[in-house]
Amino acid sequence: MQCNKCNNNAVIALQHGSLCKSHFVDYFEEKVFKTINKFQLIGRNEKLCVAVSGGKDSLTVLYLTKKYLEKNNIPTNNLTALAVDEGIDQYREKTLVDLKKFCEEHSVPLTIVSFEQELGKTLDEAYPIINKDANKKPCNVCGVWRRYLLNKHAKKLGADKVITGHNLDDEAQAIIMNIFKANTALAARLGPISGIQEHDLFIQRVKPLYFCAEKEVRLYALLKNFQIEFTECPYSKEGYRHHIQEMLNEFEHQYKGTKQGIVNSFLAMLPLLQNQEKQSLPTIQQCSKCQEASNKNICNACIMKETIQNA
Amino acid sequence: MYIEVYNEREKTTAKVEIVGTRVKDLLNQLKLNPEAFLVVRNSEVITEEETLQDQDKIELLSVISGG
Repeated sequence: MQCNKCNNNAVIALQHGSLCKSHFVDYFEEKVFKTINKFQLIGRNEKLCVAVSGGKDSLTVLYLTKKYLEKNNIPTNNLTALAVDEGIDQYREKTLVDLKKFCEEHSVPLTIVSFEQELGKTLDEAYPIINKDANKKPCNVCGVWRRYLLNKHAKKLGADKVITGHNLDDEAQAIIMNIFKANTALAARLGPISGIQEHDLFIQRVKPLYFCAEKEVRLYALLKNFQIEFTECPYSKEGYRHHIQEMLNEFEHQYKGTKQGIVNSFLAMLPLLQNQEKQSLPTIQQCSKCQEASNKNICNACIMKETIQNA
Repeated sequence: MYIEVYNEREKTTAKVEIVGTRVKDLLNQLKLNPEAFLVVRNSEVITEEETLQDQDKIELLSVISGG
């Protein structure tokens, strides 16, 4: 199969045509830069903190954020990377090796914080205690603590924005999950800029890869020779998201453009949804234990921490 | 036609006899969704429509991150 723009062999067949290596890389980068501009994800004088794991999405978003800054003559010394080590045996340590090397090669300072150091236990140790009575998967603990530590440490680093590697697949999955569970309050927080209310205790999270399919991100990372060893979170197949992911991939295979259609439809409805949810927003306050943002007297991260301490 | 297939996700290599000549025939036979894999032959990424040759060595790279 040939590229639609030249005579070279295609590396990917997209909904509207096929592209070779070089034209795909141009198309992908242009799409990310357009997303940043359209939604004003990056400001000229902002301090940027990229949330990184060492996987394809975070390395790609880190690389392209730096490239965007350079292209627009914005100083890159306001760019930093932040990783969270959850403490999952045989998993995170491998991706952190690639990540450290990548950040060194691209001269981006990297900060690594861990569940164990901050909350007293690794995820492997913590979730059987926290979820003992609820029979839940570790993903709920991981999600709460990861968001907590990213926000807390991005603030410490003086960041104005946290940049994440969420891609089109992640977003389409989250939209469908929230619809299936009738969770409109959570759905209202999605979009290229996360959240519906600004607050000094929250660092705004933005998603430059918002319109990039997961397959495109993997291809870009491969063509750019980013060193990524395939590792799989041992808990990833246990979550609800995994079922939604498989279902959407099946639909995408049968009906090209499904994921894009979900996200585009959602974006058209998002302002209405956000307006509705703004009427019933909980008041943001400081957690009485850690002084981080919370909608209750004690935040979820501290409640989980207390459960462990009392076990 | 026999194809040698390395599956990155499963970390396995197997010799597969396929019916059909295209990459999509191979994926279909292995019951793998093309949305979840990139296909590489001789260090080059190829599309689903590409024609395979007997004794080709193929790598199936997982698109889905591990976590």
